[in-house]
Amino acid sequence: MDMTDSSQLAAAENSGRRRFGDIILDLQNISLSFGGVKALTDISFNVREHEIRSIIGPNGAGKSSMLNVINGVYYPQEGKVFYRGAERARMEPYMAARQGIARTFQNLALFKGMSVLDNIMTGRNLQMRSNIFLQALRIGPAQREELAHREQVERIIDFLEIQAYRKTPVGQLPYGLQKRVDLGRALALEPQMLLLDEPMAGMNVEEKQDMCRFILDVNDEFGTTIVLIEHDMGVVMDISDRVVVLDYGKKIGDGAPEEVRNNEDVISAYLGTKH
Amino acid sequence: MGFFLETLLGGLMTGMLYALVALGFVLIFKASGVFNFAQGAMVLFAALAVARFSEWIPAWLGMEQGALSMALAILVGIVVMIAVAWLIERLALRYLVNQEPITLLMATLGIAYLLDGFGPMVFGSAVYSIDVGMPKDPSFILESVFDGGVLVSLEDVYSAGIAATLVAALTVFFQYTKTGRALRAVADDHQAAQSIGIPLARMWVIVWSVAGMVALVVGIIWGSKLGVQFSISLVALKALPVVILGGLTSLPGAIVGGLIIGVGEKLSEVYLGPMIGGGIETWFAYGLALCLLLVRPQGLFGEKIIDRV
Repeated sequence: MDMTDSSQLAAAENSGRRRFGDIILDLQNISLSFGGVKALTDISFNVREHEIRSIIGPNGAGKSSMLNVINGVYYPQEGKVFYRGAERARMEPYMAARQGIARTFQNLALFKGMSVLDNIMTGRNLQMRSNIFLQALRIGPAQREELAHREQVERIIDFLEIQAYRKTPVGQLPYGLQKRVDLGRALALEPQMLLLDEPMAGMNVEEKQDMCRFILDVNDEFGTTIVLIEHDMGVVMDISDRVVVLDYGKKIGDGAPEEVRNNEDVISAYLGTKH
Repeated sequence: MGFFLETLLGGLMTGMLYALVALGFVLIFKASGVFNFAQGAMVLFAALAVARFSEWIPAWLGMEQGALSMALAILVGIVVMIAVAWLIERLALRYLVNQEPITLLMATLGIAYLLDGFGPMVFGSAVYSIDVGMPKDPSFILESVFDGGVLVSLEDVYSAGIAATLVAALTVFFQYTKTGRALRAVADDHQAAQSIGIPLARMWVIVWSVAGMVALVVGIIWGSKLGVQFSISLVALKALPVVILGGLTSLPGAIVGGLIIGVGEKLSEVYLGPMIGGGIETWFAYGLALCLLLVRPQGLFGEKIIDRV
C-alpha cells in the first residue's frame, strides 16, 4: 500500500512542480452508521500535505458523510482518525476550525443578512484577540487589529475577484458568486486543510473554469491541502493529484486519476455492468 | 397645546417601555433566528426574583432594607437570569441545532409556560413591589410657556434614559465586536457558524443571558411602576406589534417602533377616541402592525432577505 502510495505521489510530483509533504490526515478503517443505515464501511485512505485529494462516487455513496467525519461533525463508530500525527478524540464541530480545517458547503450556507465583506470577516473571528470593550469603543489596539484583519479580507476579495460586491448582501448575489464568497470565508481562516463539498455543483462552464483556477491557485500559492468532493469527472481528473472512489459506503478505488479512470470497479459503478 | 404635549410625552414614555420589551425579542431573533415566545415570561421571572430577593436578602443577612440590599437583589437577579439562560441551552436548545425555526419557536413556547409556572412556584404568586428609589412625584415643566405647565413623570424620564442607554450599548455590541458578529452568524446558519469555529453552545448562553438582562431591566422598571404580578408577562403581547413595525432584526427599529406605537395609541385614544366611541388604545398597535405587514413585511428597518427557490 505504501509502495503504490509513494509511486503515485512521485508521478504526480513529476508531472507538476509541486512538492508533497507528510501525511497530514490518516483515516483508518472508518465505519459510520446512522441507526441501521451504513453510511461508511471500513474506509481507509490518507491525505498528504499540499496535495489535492478528491473523493468521488455516485449519489449516496457516502462522500458528504466522509467529509463530515474529517470535519468532526460525525464521529465514526469504528476506526481511527489521525490528524497531524495525533489520534483525534471525539470533538465538537466548531473545534475543527481551531485545528486549521475549513470547509465550504454543497448547499450554500452563507450568512444571508450580511454583506460579502462581513461574511468573509466572520472567518477572521478566531484570530481576533482584542478585548470586547476595546472593540466596542473602537479604540487603540482593537482598531489596529480590525484594520489588519480587514486588509487580509481585502486580499481575499481581490483574489476571488469580487471587489465590486464588497458591500452587497450575499443573498442578492448570483449563485456562482455566492459560491466564491463561501470559499472566501473558508480562506479567511487561513486553513491548512480546505474541504470543498461540490464547489462546482450547479455552475456553468465559465464559472467552473473560474472555480478550478481559484482552487489550483489556493493550492499553489498558499500550499493549502485540499480535499474535494465533485461530480464533474472532467474537473476531478484535471485538478486532482489522487482520487478516492466510494460506492455504497465502500471504497472501490484509490489512486492517481489515470489509474482510477481505468479501474474496472469504478467503471462499473459509474456506467453499470453488463449482466 | 399643553395638553397635546402632555399626551405626546406620555405616549413616548410608554413607547420606550414597549421598546424595551421588544428589544428582548429582537436580540434573540438577531442572534439565533428564533422568535422567543418566552420573553414575557422571562420579564416576569426576573421581576419576581428581584422583588423577592430584595425582601429575603435583608431578612437573611439581618440588614436594613435599602440601596445596598436592593443592589444585592439585582445582582442575584442577574445571576438567576444567567442560570436560566444556561439551563435553556443545556436542556433544550442543545438538542435543536440545525432544526427548522418552527421547532425552535415551539421550544420557546414551552419554555414560556415552564417559566410562568415555575416562577410563582418558587417566588410566590402575590403582588410584590420593587423599590429602586425612582422618584414617584410628577413634576411640571415649561410652566412659563403654557398655562399650568406640562406634566411629566420623572420616573418615566429615567426609564427612558435607561432604555436609550441599553439600546446604544447593544447596537455597538452587535455591530463592532467579534462576539456580535459571531452572534449574527449563528442566527443565519448554525452549520456554517460551526465550520468557522464559532462555539454554538457558548453563543446561545451569551445571547439568552443578554436577553435575560434586558428582561430584568424591563421587569424592574415595570415592577416599580405597577407592581410585580402575573400580568407583567402579558406586556410581551404589546411588544409583538412593535417588533413587526420596527423589523425583527433591527435594534433601533425596536425603539422607533415602540415610540410610534406608544405615541400613536395615546394620541388616537385622546383625539380619535371620542369620535368612534373610544377603546382605541387596546387595538391600535395591532391595527397599525397589520397595515404595515401588507406594505413592508420586513418592517420599517428590517433586513430584506431574498430567498431563492
